[in-house]
Amino acid sequence: MRLIKQIGEWLDARLQLAAPVREMSEHPVPRNTASWWYVFGSAAFVVFILQIVTGIMLALVYVPSASEAWSSLQYLNHGVALGWFIRAMHGWGSNFMVAIVLIHMMQVFLFGAYKFPRELTWLIGVFLLLMTLGMAFSGQVLRFDQDAYWGLGIGASIASRVPIVGPLIVQLMLGGPIIGGATLSRFFAIHVFVIPAILLAFVSLHLLLVLKLGINEWPMPGRLVRKATYEHEYHELTQMDGAPFVPYAVWKDMFFAAFIIIAVAGCAAYFGPFGPTGRPDPTIIQTVPRPDYFFLWLYALLSLLPPSMETPVLLIGPVIALAVLLLLPFVSGEGEKSWRRRPIAVMTVLLIAVTLSTFTHLAGYTPWSPHMNAWSGQPVPREYLDHRTPLELQGAAVFQLKQCRNCHALDGEGGQRGPALDSVAVRLTQDQLIRQVIQGGGNMPAYGKNLSPAETTALVAFLETLHPAGQQPARDAARAVALNPDEPASGHEPQPAKP
Amino acid sequence: MSTDPTISRRGVLVKLAILFNAAVGIALAVPIVRFLASAITRGRSRGYLSWVQLGPVSDFPEGQTRLATFRNPYVTPTDGDTAETACWVRRLEGDSFQVFAVNCAHLGCPVRWFPQSSLFLCPCHGGAYYQDGSRASGPPERGLFEYEYKVQNGFVVIQAGELPTPGSPTASLVNIKPPCA
Repeated sequence: MRLIKQIGEWLDARLQLAAPVREMSEHPVPRNTASWWYVFGSAAFVVFILQIVTGIMLALVYVPSASEAWSSLQYLNHGVALGWFIRAMHGWGSNFMVAIVLIHMMQVFLFGAYKFPRELTWLIGVFLLLMTLGMAFSGQVLRFDQDAYWGLGIGASIASRVPIVGPLIVQLMLGGPIIGGATLSRFFAIHVFVIPAILLAFVSLHLLLVLKLGINEWPMPGRLVRKATYEHEYHELTQMDGAPFVPYAVWKDMFFAAFIIIAVAGCAAYFGPFGPTGRPDPTIIQTVPRPDYFFLWLYALLSLLPPSMETPVLLIGPVIALAVLLLLPFVSGEGEKSWRRRPIAVMTVLLIAVTLSTFTHLAGYTPWSPHMNAWSGQPVPREYLDHRTPLELQGAAVFQLKQCRNCHALDGEGGQRGPALDSVAVRLTQDQLIRQVIQGGGNMPAYGKNLSPAETTALVAFLETLHPAGQQPARDAARAVALNPDEPASGHEPQPAKP
Repeated sequence: MSTDPTISRRGVLVKLAILFNAAVGIALAVPIVRFLASAITRGRSRGYLSWVQLGPVSDFPEGQTRLATFRNPYVTPTDGDTAETACWVRRLEGDSFQVFAVNCAHLGCPVRWFPQSSLFLCPCHGGAYYQDGSRASGPPERGLFEYEYKVQNGFVVIQAGELPTPGSPTASLVNIKPPCA
C-alpha cells in the first residue's frame, strides 16, 4: 500500500494532474441537476468508449478488403471464440449509441440547455450527432454483405442527384466508377480513423465546455435567461444550492452507464450479431436490401414521397434541418428554459418522435413494395372459385398467372401496394375495371399490352364476382337504361359479364 | 506589427520559418490532392467505359428477357465478387436488343423481371417498369438505364464500367422515356 502511494506521489510530482482532476471532480453543481434526466450525456460517452474497445477487437480479425471482408465476418461469427459476441456488442452498441444521443439531444432541447451561454456546446453536439450518424452508415458498409452493397448504391444514387458535382461526389465516395475494393477501403478508413478521431476531439471539447460553463441548471418555470445576468445568477446558484459533482451527482451517471452496458451485452447475447446477410455479389439480385433501424424512417420516406418532390426534399431538406439546428441557440438564446412554458418546443419534439416512429414502423412491413413471391405462393382461395362460370374461372387463372397478387391482396394474402380486391366489384363498374386493367393509373401499371382481349374479358369477369355476399356489385345505371329500356334503372340484378 | 520600427532578428527568422513551412505545405498539397482526386481521375484514365461481352446472340431467345452477367472492365485487385455485374437483356428480334441495368432508376436497388406480368419490379421502394424499360409506376422518375450495345461476330457486347445512377454521365447517353400516358 505504501509502495503504491509512493509511486502515485512520484508520478504526480511529474504529471501534476492530481490537483486539477480533484478540482474538476469536486466542482459544485446545482443540487437538482443530480437527476436521472442528466445521465444520457455520460451514457453516450460510455457507449462510445465501448464502441472503441469492441471496434479495436473486431479489427484484430476483420479484413477490410471487398474480396475478404464477408468471409472474415463469417470467420468472426463462427471461427473465433466469442467473435459473434464482440460483433453483436459492437452492432448493438451502435444502435444504443444513436438512440442515447437522440434522447440526450431531446432532453437538452426540452431543458433549454442550448441557451446562453451554452450555444457552442449545442453546436458541437449537433456536429457530434452528424458524426454518430456517419459512424452508423459507414459501419453498415463495413458489414460488407448484400445490404451494404445495395445500401452504397442507394447512397450513390442520392449523392448523384446533387446538381453539377453529383457524379464527382459519387466517384469520390465510391473511390472509382463502381462499388468495389476501393469503396470498402475508404469506408474502413473513414469509420476507423477519420470519424473516431474527430469524435474524440469534439467530445473532449463538448466535455470541456460543460466543465467551463457548468451543467445546465434544472429549469424553473419563470426563471428567464438574460445574457446580462445569467452567469452571475448561475454562480450564485452553485454557491448557495450547490454540491460537489463527485460524489453528489456522479453515482447516478455511473449506475446508468453500467445499466446501459449490461443492456447492450444482454441484447448482444440474446439477439446475436447483425448479419452478415448474403455475399456482396451484385449478380445475386434475389435480395431485398434494407437499411439498419436508424435509417428505416428515411427508407419509408423515400418510398412515400411523390417522385417530383423527392430530389428537392433529399437535397434541400437536410440543409434546412441543419440550419434550424444550428440557428436555434441564436434565435432563441434567451428567455424561458422550462418545457412547462414552451408548448411549441414540446409539440415539436412529439411531432418529430411520432413522425420518425411511424415511418420506422411502416418500413417494418413495407406496404409500398410488391410481394415478389405472392403469385407462386397461395393459389386463389377456394371460396372465390365456387359456383363460377367457366369464363370467370378462366379469369381467376389469368389473375393468378399475371401475378396480380404481387400488389393486390385477396383473402388477406398478397401485396399491399394496391388496394385489396376482395370487394373491388363494389367499387368499380365493369367499364371502370376494364379501363383500370388496360390503362392502369393511380400508381398501377397498364396491362393493355400484356393481356389479350380474351384474357382481359375473363379477368374482368372474375373481378366482377369479388363482392361481399350481401352487397351488389357496382353498375352503370345509365348503361343499364340504354341497353334495357324496359327495366327500371334501380334494378337489383347485376349486369352479367359480356364475354 | 508593421508599424513597429524595430525588427528583431528572431522575429524575421520566425516569419521566414512560417514562409518556409507554407512553401513545404503547398508542395506537399500537390501530391495529396492528386492522390485523393485519383478516385475521379484513375477510372477515366483507364477508359472505364469499355465494350464487354455478354455472350452469343443465341443465348438470348427472341421475345424474351434474360439476366446476363459480366465482369467490370475496370477492376482493382481487391474487388472480389463486386467486380461482377448483372444486367437484363431483352432480345426483340434478330439483332435488335435492349440491355437494361439491374439498378433501379430510383435509388439503385436490383430490379427483377417478372415474365408473367411483363414487368420489372424493384424490391426496395416499389418502382415498376414495362418490358421496354419505360416507367410503369412508383417512385422512379424515369425508365430503366440502358447500356449501349452492339452485335459483334455473333456476340452481344455492351458499353459498361460505371455504376448507373440518376446523375451519372452514362445515364444521359440513353433516351429518357416519358412515363406512360
